[in-house]
Amino acid sequence: MKFLDEYRDGELAQQFAREIRRITTRPWSIMEICGGQTHAIVKFGIDELLPEKITLIHGPGCPVCVTPLEMIDKALEIAARPEVIFASFGDMLRVPGSTTDLLSVKASGGDVRIVYSPLDAIKLAEQNPEKEIVFFGVGFETTAPATALAVFQAAQKKLRNFSMLISHVLVPPAMEALLSSPKCRVQGFLAAGHVCAVMGYEEYFAIAKKYRVPIVVTGFEPLDILQGVLMTVQQLESGRAEVENQYSRAVRREGNQPAQELIKKIFRVVLRKWRGVGEIPQSGLGLKDEYAAFDAEKKFGVADHCVEESADCQSGLVLQGQIKPHECPAFGGKCTPEHPLGATMVSSEGACAAYYRYRRMPNLIGAK
Amino acid sequence: MCLAIPGKILSISGDDPLTRMGRIDFSGVVKQASLACVPEVKIGDYVIVHVGFALSKVDEAEAQKVFEYLKRMGELGELQEASP
Repeated sequence: MKFLDEYRDGELAQQFAREIRRITTRPWSIMEICGGQTHAIVKFGIDELLPEKITLIHGPGCPVCVTPLEMIDKALEIAARPEVIFASFGDMLRVPGSTTDLLSVKASGGDVRIVYSPLDAIKLAEQNPEKEIVFFGVGFETTAPATALAVFQAAQKKLRNFSMLISHVLVPPAMEALLSSPKCRVQGFLAAGHVCAVMGYEEYFAIAKKYRVPIVVTGFEPLDILQGVLMTVQQLESGRAEVENQYSRAVRREGNQPAQELIKKIFRVVLRKWRGVGEIPQSGLGLKDEYAAFDAEKKFGVADHCVEESADCQSGLVLQGQIKPHECPAFGGKCTPEHPLGATMVSSEGACAAYYRYRRMPNLIGAK
Repeated sequence: MCLAIPGKILSISGDDPLTRMGRIDFSGVVKQASLACVPEVKIGDYVIVHVGFALSKVDEAEAQKVFEYLKRMGELGELQEASP
């Protein structure tokens, strides 16, 4: 596929790896924010090409993983209602709530449907006027314009049977929350390329300056990630803390302005809880008051759920880069993709699931 | 979740910017995507598509930069090896 395959060339990847080895003189910890990058790193074994001195910390950039348990429980409550068709991206279906998951609700008769796009949920609402269509709006800035467009279209079409359960999150506030923690080990960031395709990277200059961290906007293919690491290491080795753009074929400094305008038109910035991390001020998007009619939480009056995470699950520490997935005692034993304790094991972009799928950990033999 | 892949625009329909749609070819798999936020694109351009929504136009000149960077790196390496 053009603009994909050429960025997977093994020999060129080795060239980048050799250059990284050549210039690295000290140990450095670099966080890739995005779960898509984590998945690629583990799948292609990119971390194994790097010198031992370079540690990649897998960040909280998987919206499926960080959607709070309460929100999953609200989704389950709404999806079980007889008048509802609950539309969701496929990767939310197996995320465990406190007692069950959407797939089980579907198996017991709930009308839960996988959609490719929020715009498909609009079509469902038009085709099923007697039903209430609820879309589970999760995602980062990358997904927010599509979600916003769906709300905008629903308003234009005056759809009364369409609403959204929204759990949108924003990346820069989470980076700041991580950097402010005294336990933070992150010395440089690979910023999420597709988030920046929408938002641009103006916001990162202040973060790079305040926390003295290099931030390199990076793509998702092996050559992208290796070049992103190389650019970060070059900065670290020379004592620079700047914002650079590796993924210039898709990302402009100012981002996609029509998409940003769409987001601003529909959403306002709100406090959001991140599963495994906790509440982060101004780290989420919620519907503006004028679009409140499309807010499924209000429409269905779902009560505030008060829930507790499994005590065995250490996904919070994994999401903050404090432990590697296989260092969790439950990894591969009590917690597997078939029976996940936490969301990082469910989503294919969760660090735990990626390690489970692509790594044959010695401690897994016998534990399984 | 933020998976987005490049595809080539085969055709464009709709005049209203917010309902403009494209038929996009992902190496043989053809899907519809909203072009609401990429007003500048035309047939034959490549766009990066996420959940049925084009996020940005692929800049074909910028797309070569990774390879140019590698080439420069290689030449620099040879120079360093050649110097006494």
